[in-house]
Amino acid sequence: MERVTKRVVSIVLLIVGAVLAITALYMDITGSANAVRGNLLIFGVILLLSGLYFIPTANHRNIINFLFLFPLIITFAITVLLPFVLGIFYSMTDWTGITFTKFVGLDNYIQMFKKADYLYSLVITFIYTVLNMIAVNITAFALALLCTSKVKGKNFYRAAFFVPNLIGGLVLGYVWQFIFNKVLVSLFAGSMSMLADANLAFAAILIVGTWQYAGYIMMIYVTGLQGVPKDVLEASCVDGANQWRTLTKIKMPMIANTFTVCIFLTLVNSFKQFDLNLAITNGAPSRILGERVVNATEFLALNIYNTAISKNQYAMGQTKAVVFFIILAIVSLTQVSISKKREVEM
Amino acid sequence: MKTLRNKTIIAELVAVILTLIILAPFFLIVINSAKQSADIVISPIALPHNWAQLLTNMKNVINNQNFSYWNSFFSSLFITMVSLMLLTLLSSMAAWVLVRNKTKWSNLIFMLFVSAMVIPFQVVMLPLLSTFRSFSDFFGIQMLQSYKGIIFAYLGFGGSMSVFILHGFIKGIPYELEEAAWIDGCSPEGTFFRIVFPLMKPVQITVLILNGIWVWNDYLLPSLMLGLNGRIKTLPVAVSSFVGSYVKQWDLILTAAFLAMIPIIILFIFAQKQIIQGMVEGAIK
Repeated sequence: MERVTKRVVSIVLLIVGAVLAITALYMDITGSANAVRGNLLIFGVILLLSGLYFIPTANHRNIINFLFLFPLIITFAITVLLPFVLGIFYSMTDWTGITFTKFVGLDNYIQMFKKADYLYSLVITFIYTVLNMIAVNITAFALALLCTSKVKGKNFYRAAFFVPNLIGGLVLGYVWQFIFNKVLVSLFAGSMSMLADANLAFAAILIVGTWQYAGYIMMIYVTGLQGVPKDVLEASCVDGANQWRTLTKIKMPMIANTFTVCIFLTLVNSFKQFDLNLAITNGAPSRILGERVVNATEFLALNIYNTAISKNQYAMGQTKAVVFFIILAIVSLTQVSISKKREVEM
Repeated sequence: MKTLRNKTIIAELVAVILTLIILAPFFLIVINSAKQSADIVISPIALPHNWAQLLTNMKNVINNQNFSYWNSFFSSLFITMVSLMLLTLLSSMAAWVLVRNKTKWSNLIFMLFVSAMVIPFQVVMLPLLSTFRSFSDFFGIQMLQSYKGIIFAYLGFGGSMSVFILHGFIKGIPYELEEAAWIDGCSPEGTFFRIVFPLMKPVQITVLILNGIWVWNDYLLPSLMLGLNGRIKTLPVAVSSFVGSYVKQWDLILTAAFLAMIPIIILFIFAQKQIIQGMVEGAIK
């Protein structure tokens, strides 16, 4: 395009875009309920951006930089950054999900730690996280050894073990609820459903959590184990090391990094467990704790959800969520510092 | 040599047994989807005596008002496809600018994206709902219970990790390629779309798979943003609302679960290598 036509096109687009956007904003501010104003604004902004694109200038590269970054940053700012900052603020108010009337400082946090259901949920989430991390990693590593051994049809087994991970926890959770309530009860005639007992229900979620996640972690271990150089393994074989020694003295130290990745990945994901928890037990059964009755298997993510959505205590739910975030941030920072330390050593 | 053979045979036996145990739930879904409620009560592990019941159950579930399979299937498909296309395009563009434009600002933005990966959905979900609600009221752009709202949210949540993965890859693309195009008179956007974008294909597949599995299976975000009984339902939301209205009707619930799983299992059969590779690479980075 000619420079002059470019200039004309860009000026026209910019002016029309600005007029549309300003009209829409004017309608917003004056409180108009006209449904057109939303589309007017979107259209105006698009025209403005394309007008910007056609400006004939030596700084075209800068305009492109802006245009390329703009869409993602605006979605990120509105869906993540803004709610995050607002959320921390709301946790210090008496927010109802719509408005708040006063600033209460750290009062919500103090109240929260006095609630039996929260403390119980915090404790069992920690226990679940650690147990699930151990169970998933041991299972996954064993499966990975199996899938890198001389077994025929390794690729088939890998795919088969991986399948549970493809399907959402919610759908699988309902299926497992069926298995615990119907199938196992009929297999072991006269037995009670695992989900009716507080401890066994906890174990049930642990079993399903391991079942679902182990195949995924296994694949990461497989990738790690395949990265161990062949000549090192041959050397150890020549030196007469048996399989157990090769495994513990060579393979495992060489994939230490993979262990760190897998351990932290399972820690974070177990801590965030929500879908399975909701679908298998939804917190049930109840457990009597002193004089209080709490939900025996309500992990933190579900506790946050129930506090806010079911009990309509938005400020309290948000406060719990902020603490939830802080714990996860500490875990992630620990992982980063461990990986950094290892990089320095290497 | 003989002991080695024996060991391999034991390992093979173990592998077969493990596969049977791990896949048993899927087997139970299939056999019980082909039974009537009464037969499940009699025995949930017996094989169905009439496989035609599977089709009857499927027909019932597909036509059910609460589940409306095809509507939810196409809603899920639409949301996943559009989110993935936009996410790949927009995060590739953003990552490229962040790598090639070395200023304080791009560093800051990149650090912001990386640190946001730690933020769990739970901490933003409640304010997100109220933000979107006031956004809709003020600007007149419907963000809740609408396709554009949920796709917008997926772009925001998926963006940080996608940018992080793509950023690492673009750093490895030689800058000389872009310089050469630049000298030949190619515009910056032309350089990006004709040269850099095609080179990013392998890592874009990783981004597509990671986000695809997540968006397709996600329950919490659509259940909050679209509502459990809203106009638009994704498959997981539909399953959940179906379970809510047909408590303990396991023949129908399992058929619904079966129908919800089929699309992704079919996809996995055709692209298992890419899917496994994509998900593992995403985790390691």
